[in-house]
Amino acid sequence: MLLHQFLEQTARRLPDQVALVCRGTSYTYRQIDEAAARLGAAMQHRGVRRGDRVAIFLDNSVESVVSVYGTLKIGAVFMPVNALTKTDKLAYMLNDARAACLVTHTALRGIWDEALARSPSVRACIVVGGEIGESGADRFLSYRQATATGGMMRIEPAIDQDLASIIYTSGTTGDPKGVMLTHLNMVTAVNSVSGYLGYREDDVILCVLPLAFSYGLYQVLIGFKVGAKVVLEQNFAFPVQVLEVMQRERVTVLPGVPTIFTLLMAMKTLSQYDLRPLRMITNTAAALSEEHIRQLRGLFPQTALYSMYGLTECKRVTYLPPDQLEVRPTSVGRGMPNQEVWLVDELGRRLPNGSTGELVIRGSHVMRGYWGKPAETAERLKPGPIPGEMVLYSGDIFHTDSEGYLYFVARKGDIIKSRGEKVSPREVENALHSLPGVLEAAVVGVPDAMLGQAVKAFVVIKSGQRYSDKDVIKHCLTKLENFMVPKYVEFVDSIPKTDTGKIKKTGLA
Amino acid sequence: MQSIKHEVKQYVLDNFIMGASSQELQDDDSFMAGHFIDSTGILELISFLEQTFGIKVEDEEMVPDNLDSLNCIEHYVQRKLAVFAGRARKER
Repeated sequence: MLLHQFLEQTARRLPDQVALVCRGTSYTYRQIDEAAARLGAAMQHRGVRRGDRVAIFLDNSVESVVSVYGTLKIGAVFMPVNALTKTDKLAYMLNDARAACLVTHTALRGIWDEALARSPSVRACIVVGGEIGESGADRFLSYRQATATGGMMRIEPAIDQDLASIIYTSGTTGDPKGVMLTHLNMVTAVNSVSGYLGYREDDVILCVLPLAFSYGLYQVLIGFKVGAKVVLEQNFAFPVQVLEVMQRERVTVLPGVPTIFTLLMAMKTLSQYDLRPLRMITNTAAALSEEHIRQLRGLFPQTALYSMYGLTECKRVTYLPPDQLEVRPTSVGRGMPNQEVWLVDELGRRLPNGSTGELVIRGSHVMRGYWGKPAETAERLKPGPIPGEMVLYSGDIFHTDSEGYLYFVARKGDIIKSRGEKVSPREVENALHSLPGVLEAAVVGVPDAMLGQAVKAFVVIKSGQRYSDKDVIKHCLTKLENFMVPKYVEFVDSIPKTDTGKIKKTGLA
Repeated sequence: MQSIKHEVKQYVLDNFIMGASSQELQDDDSFMAGHFIDSTGILELISFLEQTFGIKVEDEEMVPDNLDSLNCIEHYVQRKLAVFAGRARKER
């Protein structure tokens, strides 16, 4: 089974069913499938081959969905890139993955123009939202043109061991790492998650999470497997607008992260909307507090609430069945179907229930590794119980109760989770160091009611250099996705160090 | 009322817009489509408007038509201030 075959099967079974609603327009399964085939053919025509990487640098949109499937159909590997990404990082990703094709939007040209100039591997650039002409015409193609004509797509002999996607994730080393996922990895995750959540053909799934974030992406992947309707919104910036869409489309499934639920619950007008069809709320990326859970259950008594845990390296690991929410509200549950999880101590020895240790995951959904990073891969993928098999060391510390339910304790390393997104302190520190006159920088997460954790930077600057916190923040905005940019900047004379000269973050807050 | 737009533009430039390399922010540019501001940025922008102009942005007013460009914000703030002034006159 290949990942895009879920769409193709559903398009045969329910061709005229609405697959996607985006900015007020509906698209049927047949329309999405056909547009994807045309886009795939256009990519092939421009020399994109099986195994080539295709970067999709777009907002949530019908074009981003079609691009995912168009890429898969020709045996190529899609690489979703968050639309908030800045030039340097985009160039890094295009070069790191040696991408052959970039699909993007004219509105983002200020970012990709320069990145593209620095990325010789990119042979084709397909642009949504306007005609791209004149200069460098053979590298550019408008999306409209690419999907208008019916060039013949060659069917590639892909198998499920081929890569389907590379998703970049922040790492403790500072350089983003490309998580390599095969068709088998992703099909396995789709089957397990749709199995335990029970998404149905009559579901209307609201996706406000970016498709560059695997939690958002899987709303489409799973929705298209079961033949549901996916309502794609750009983000949660205008909650009233999202609530109107929820009411109008009779949304039944709302996947979110704690920041979104905080915003939602703060709406005084929430009760004016008819949200009765909502049958399921899911949360992952960061834990909901007990108070959040209590409030959500009060507001949506008819709705099942799922607390879950996962990581890009294998998509999803655990979920808490809603009937357990009363019993153990702070647990993220137990392993999902068709996988095995356990805790290990520092020597890698398996621990019994009731212990605290690193979570290890075994299953067909576990990634193939980090693209081009064997050392980082070896830290996470280690030999499993069967010869030749690799299991995933999550880097997250959990506690289990006597029945094996898992409770998140801490992350190994110092990754910050803000707004549900991973922020690498090293990546932020690197951005700070690129500001002239910055001598030292240390970045930590501080508690924040809305964001979970907010990013705080401690900065030592050269004497004579004058910066305000705004200057530092603005500089970071040129380098980092908005959610990584420090919310607080504190200027200090020095930063505490350990005996070996490493920055000591324990005292910083 | 050049000043509302001017003040908001300065705030947006100071807080959200990336350095000199970024394209000029036009009065009609959508903050969202152009990725000048993201979803948490909108919340910061709203507190700025409330503090600077002494208005209260109601939940139902948090929509793109009111907040997604410099022009939208100027019209919205002017309407809010007019309603406020009208009420103050009546009370007098």
